[in-house]
Amino acid sequence: MLINSIFFINHSGDIFLEKHWRSIVSRSVCDQFFDAQTKAPTPEDVPPIITTNKNYLISIYREKIYLVAVTQMEVQPLFVIEFMHRVMDTFTEYFDECTESAIKDNIIVVYQLLEEMLDNGFPLATELNILTELIKPPTIINKAVSMVTGKEGVSSVLPGSQLSNVPWRRQGVKYANNEAYFDCIEDVDAIIDASGTVVSAEIHGNINCNVHLSGMPDLSMSFINPRLLDDVSFHPCVRLKRWENEKILSFVPPDGCFVLMSYHISTQNQVAIPVYVRAMINFKDGMGKVDITVGPKQTLGKTVDNVVITVPMPKEVTGCSMTTSVGTYTFDPVSKQLRWDIGKIQPLKVPTMRGSCTLPAGAQCKDAHPTIHVDFKIMQLAVSGLKVNRLDMFNENYKPFKGVKYITKAGNFQVRT
Amino acid sequence: MAGMGAFVAQYDNNRGPDQQGTPGFMGSNLFFKGHQTLKEQLQSMKDKEMLEAMRKIVEMVAKGQDVSDLFPDVVKAVVSKSTEVKKLVYMYLVRYAEEQQDLALLSISTFQKGLKDPNQLIRASALRVLSSIRVQMIVPIMMLAIKDSVSDLSPYVRKTAAHAIPKLYSLDPDQGEQLIDVVEKLLQDKTTLVAGSAVMAFEQLCPSRIDLIHKNYRRLCAIVADIDEWGQCAVINMLTRYARTQFVDPNRKTEEKDSDEETSEDSEDSEENFMNSLQSGPIDAVDPDLRLLLQACRPLLQSRNSAVVMQVAQLFYHCAPEGEIVHVVKALIRLLKSKRETQVIVLTNITTMSAKYRKLFELHMKSFFVNASDPTNVRLLKLEILTNIATETNISVLLREFQTYVYSSDKEFAAATVHAIGRCAAEISEVTDVCMHGLMNLISTKDDTVVGESVIVIKKLLQMQASDKSGIIKRMTRLLTTVTVPLARASILWLVGEYVEKVPKLAPDVLRKMAKSFADEEDIVKLQILNLAAKAWIVNNKKITLLVPYILAQAKYDLNYDIRDRERFIRKVLCPNSENPSPLEKYAKKFFMTSKPPPNLRSTFKNRDEYQLGSLSHMLNSNAIGYQPLPSFPEVAPDSSVRTVVDTSWAAQARESRSSSASATNHKTKGFYSSEGDTDEEDSDEEDSDSEDEESDSEEESDEESDEESDEDSSEEEDSNEEESDKEEDESSDEDSSSEEEVVKKPPPKTKTSKKAKPAATATLLDFDEPSAPPNVTAPTVPQSSVTLDELLGDFGTMSVDPASSGPNYSLDSVRVTHDLLHRMSGGGLAVQYSFPRSGTISGAVPISLVLNNTTDQPITDVKVDDIDLKGGVEFSGFDSIPMISPGQSTQVGININFNDTLQPAKFTLCSSKGRFPCKIQPPVGELLSPFVVIESDFDSMKGKLSGMHEVTGECGNCGKDPGTISQLVSETAATSICFSAETNCLKFASKTAAQEKTLLITLNVGEIIKISVNSEAVVLGSMILKDIIKVIEA
Repeated sequence: MLINSIFFINHSGDIFLEKHWRSIVSRSVCDQFFDAQTKAPTPEDVPPIITTNKNYLISIYREKIYLVAVTQMEVQPLFVIEFMHRVMDTFTEYFDECTESAIKDNIIVVYQLLEEMLDNGFPLATELNILTELIKPPTIINKAVSMVTGKEGVSSVLPGSQLSNVPWRRQGVKYANNEAYFDCIEDVDAIIDASGTVVSAEIHGNINCNVHLSGMPDLSMSFINPRLLDDVSFHPCVRLKRWENEKILSFVPPDGCFVLMSYHISTQNQVAIPVYVRAMINFKDGMGKVDITVGPKQTLGKTVDNVVITVPMPKEVTGCSMTTSVGTYTFDPVSKQLRWDIGKIQPLKVPTMRGSCTLPAGAQCKDAHPTIHVDFKIMQLAVSGLKVNRLDMFNENYKPFKGVKYITKAGNFQVRT
Repeated sequence: MAGMGAFVAQYDNNRGPDQQGTPGFMGSNLFFKGHQTLKEQLQSMKDKEMLEAMRKIVEMVAKGQDVSDLFPDVVKAVVSKSTEVKKLVYMYLVRYAEEQQDLALLSISTFQKGLKDPNQLIRASALRVLSSIRVQMIVPIMMLAIKDSVSDLSPYVRKTAAHAIPKLYSLDPDQGEQLIDVVEKLLQDKTTLVAGSAVMAFEQLCPSRIDLIHKNYRRLCAIVADIDEWGQCAVINMLTRYARTQFVDPNRKTEEKDSDEETSEDSEDSEENFMNSLQSGPIDAVDPDLRLLLQACRPLLQSRNSAVVMQVAQLFYHCAPEGEIVHVVKALIRLLKSKRETQVIVLTNITTMSAKYRKLFELHMKSFFVNASDPTNVRLLKLEILTNIATETNISVLLREFQTYVYSSDKEFAAATVHAIGRCAAEISEVTDVCMHGLMNLISTKDDTVVGESVIVIKKLLQMQASDKSGIIKRMTRLLTTVTVPLARASILWLVGEYVEKVPKLAPDVLRKMAKSFADEEDIVKLQILNLAAKAWIVNNKKITLLVPYILAQAKYDLNYDIRDRERFIRKVLCPNSENPSPLEKYAKKFFMTSKPPPNLRSTFKNRDEYQLGSLSHMLNSNAIGYQPLPSFPEVAPDSSVRTVVDTSWAAQARESRSSSASATNHKTKGFYSSEGDTDEEDSDEEDSDSEDEESDSEEESDEESDEESDEDSSEEEDSNEEESDKEEDESSDEDSSSEEEVVKKPPPKTKTSKKAKPAATATLLDFDEPSAPPNVTAPTVPQSSVTLDELLGDFGTMSVDPASSGPNYSLDSVRVTHDLLHRMSGGGLAVQYSFPRSGTISGAVPISLVLNNTTDQPITDVKVDDIDLKGGVEFSGFDSIPMISPGQSTQVGININFNDTLQPAKFTLCSSKGRFPCKIQPPVGELLSPFVVIESDFDSMKGKLSGMHEVTGECGNCGKDPGTISQLVSETAATSICFSAETNCLKFASKTAAQEKTLLITLNVGEIIKISVNSEAVVLGSMILKDIIKVIEA
């Protein structure tokens, strides 16, 4: 479980940051990684584990950056991967984004963070609120304060929460406006076959919180239908016992944004599919015919928004000409993607797209069955039917402002033809 | 030496950037100038200037540039007062110390001074840097520093010390022996903050010293839920290995048990037989200690950290009884939806699991359906899993799914799908024909890869099947004109040759065609043509007398010597044209036409589980450096008493660190149990069901407490063992007598009694051979105990656990003393106990948890609360009526009573099918409070406001109790939360009254005499609490 070094590598294969926790590892270890990177058709295809003759390289790809961890002995690969994602999460919280330029601009903070997060290759402090107390995020206010007072961005005392029993919460939090917002976001993953039958459908949901409450509030959230949730994972702040006995989420929240709970509703359950797609794509006699219709289904009266249909055409296709009843279409001749931007689905106007694609003479792609990818978003609807019943706050006296928002999105929603 | 190698690497590394022309290296002149300014800034000794310089330097270090020439100046900056400068200097030092050893020594004294600093953060970072400086000369200093820090008051410093151990060990392996002692000490550390790192150090230093774990095993199980997520990974990993060395394979036992059950079923009435079966196979084959581990880890499947979930999954896979592995399935499926990298690794592990346990993932088959957006490696893994879990029932769905995959534009994937279809066909005989038909259809598609793969698969399938093949072979020979994939062509030819007897007319025809194209074929195809020629010749050489020599002649002049070789061999054996037959000819049939074993279409993941799941080695399917293979279970379990902790000191710690208080309550509850046991024993003979309850109850208890056992219980255990061996024939009477002995031994009530009752119960748990459990009632015991464990674990998960404080370990949380609400005698068989869980407060009310236990042998129905009689503003919220409690079962419900900060009892009536029973709950004054977390400065200011008449003071003698014990006593007495104080010997507790939320502060000055002051607006409560505290401290 020891991470020797981490290299930050950008898209074009430059190492723009390196940090070593044990003996220094030469940059040349990354050569094998670069080989794999050039070989992979897309950045996502780079295998997460690469063996070199002495080292093991475990990499993640996020925000167009590769993080490559070098380890020299047996580790749990997920341990390293999870840690690197946590590093990226932390950077995102610190700099609002975790791009190459953000890291380069804040290189000192990044370096200090890495130093605190890992000691001799083993995680030391990964809890965001402890880190923010140790090393101040480079916000404008903090920068201004340090300019004026000459105060440094590094704390000289150990944050109390490091030793407390609620290490995720900062002590002595004070807000003028006390508010707690909960976003219940559900991704629908579905595979629908050519005949319109649902082959598989799953929901993956998160409850994202943005909590700004003073003091040490103790929240408890109950659901109208907690039975839905049989496969969940929690932020460490949730009292597991309370959940097991009463199906109530009881927790002292961290300060700021965090994911309270993730849940998964598997294929065994009935999952409502909020949209239908009827698609006909076939290639005959040097011509491709396309006919796609989209419409809402089981949305409980909510409008379906941000609808985008993407069809990856076979590589033989040279062009498409379509007519659409709603929205616009584009065809990218390089990636061979036909993209139909529908936007909001109006109740009375059924979006359809018809047309043909051209194939070069002699090209045959009779067996091509492109899989259509559908993207959509429905506000104010949790397609699983999950609903927050109530949210109570104890331990503090003020009245906080509370809000719950539901969003259903398409995850990996695809229609086979 | 290691240093040398590293130095070379270092050198390489430094050169790298120069060549790449990293910005900042415009020219050597500028470069020099830049450094010159930095030097000046460093020498200025002004904080701001130095900070700026250090930031620039560290930035260069981060980018991988060489700034080693600044070392002398940076070392001097180590004395800076500014924390940030210091930290930056530390980073620089650690980076370059190895190559500038002499200069690095200059900084050592600063760190040594830092180690003595009152600020724990400074102590910790001094230790971190000191141990990171890889300079051989300071090994003794490091050793000393680590030894000191291990007993530091701050757990944070101790954690850092744990991290320093592997650093020192890698620098100087000779220190190993000494460090093991240090690790041993750290493993006993009571705070959860340290536990994870201590185990990590153990794994790095001496993973084979399993003996160091024995004493800590149960405690680690108990606190694993509270350790930070990274520590959890290390702990579970280590405990998995531990379990594999210390417990017998739970699955092996299960089999034995099954067979035993069968025999006992055969002669159901035979008491003796049953007893025998009891003896040979325990009821629960799982060692209670292993059970403890599994129970403790299971809730962690809900962790947000995928590594933790994976660790729990591998623990269950490698150590749990087969039937329980299913618990991890859902969690693993959930992980598939997380990050891409996670998905690949989890899928690989699932593949291995599914290769062994086909049923495990069957229900979740659809989760493995391939998405169009999956990268190829994910697709292949999913395909492998789908094939692994294929059964008669799901095969039709699966084949339909495969059908779409076959047409995928990803050719590698399509070919793998064909292969998967072949495997399904081979494994599930029902669909063999369907698959074969499907594969035949695929042959006529246009895609070479798919066709080729299909032919190969068909060939393998045909070999396995005994049915008539001529039709299929005929169809396939037709393909020879179209198929171009060499392996596929070779396969077809091989098929014709192999079954030449079945298709005698076809072979010469095929041979004729191939003879024409021989020269243009690939080598493998040529070899198969030769084989076919030989086989056809042996069967019937009439039609091909000219054809075969022609082919052989072509082969004779082939470029490839393998082919020439084969040609020569065939010619010698068959002698097609020569007059005198070769002596080998009669053996020709044996050479060419032997029956061949059918190929095995099997998952390549079949035996991958020899590597520990979740490990790097498993991913690579080869031994990674430093991988420790999982030991296989021992045949006979080593002595389990080694895990029994002889000195009770850690039991007290565990009591503190666990929120669930069961252990603390022990004194009282035990008294309860044992006294009841006393009365029970007399009439137990006819009241089977009663004693059963007793049994399960006490087991439940002891399960919670098993960690707390003292030496008594080990001796007790031996006792029971002896008894067993002595009187095997007459188990039941033995049981009676042994329990009678127990009764006799028990001195009458209260604390001592409790001590005695417990061992008996533990003995039953630890040693299932203990025959005390009456027949046919033993089953519920395990589930019941698991329920309580779950509760326990639930509590671990809450935040109220283990305040890793500076100094001794204090507990913030609840102590659950159980009180009797309704005795089973007066409640018509319904026994109700209540306790104050101190969690889940609803504003103003005191939460109370009721455990309703049906001790009769009939179900008790419709249990509800009625006739609530309240005085003085007391409010009561009951529970919904319970429809039924089955015999021997217990139910837990929560009620909330707002006592309005008074000691008025809440009276109510409990109704059930057995009648109406009046009850009364009077809370101890300490339970009317709710803990409330403050920091010390707030505490002091609040205390300042509550002086004068709001303050009550008192004092009592200290009979040698240390602050830790006292703090524990206080938090047991009153629901308060400790406020960490900087003053030594000063304990501060804060709470609010439950109803009116008046602040109540308790301060104790521990000395020869303990001075206690309670500050609160609720003066009456305050004085009562003061009395209570004095009472418990003096007791």
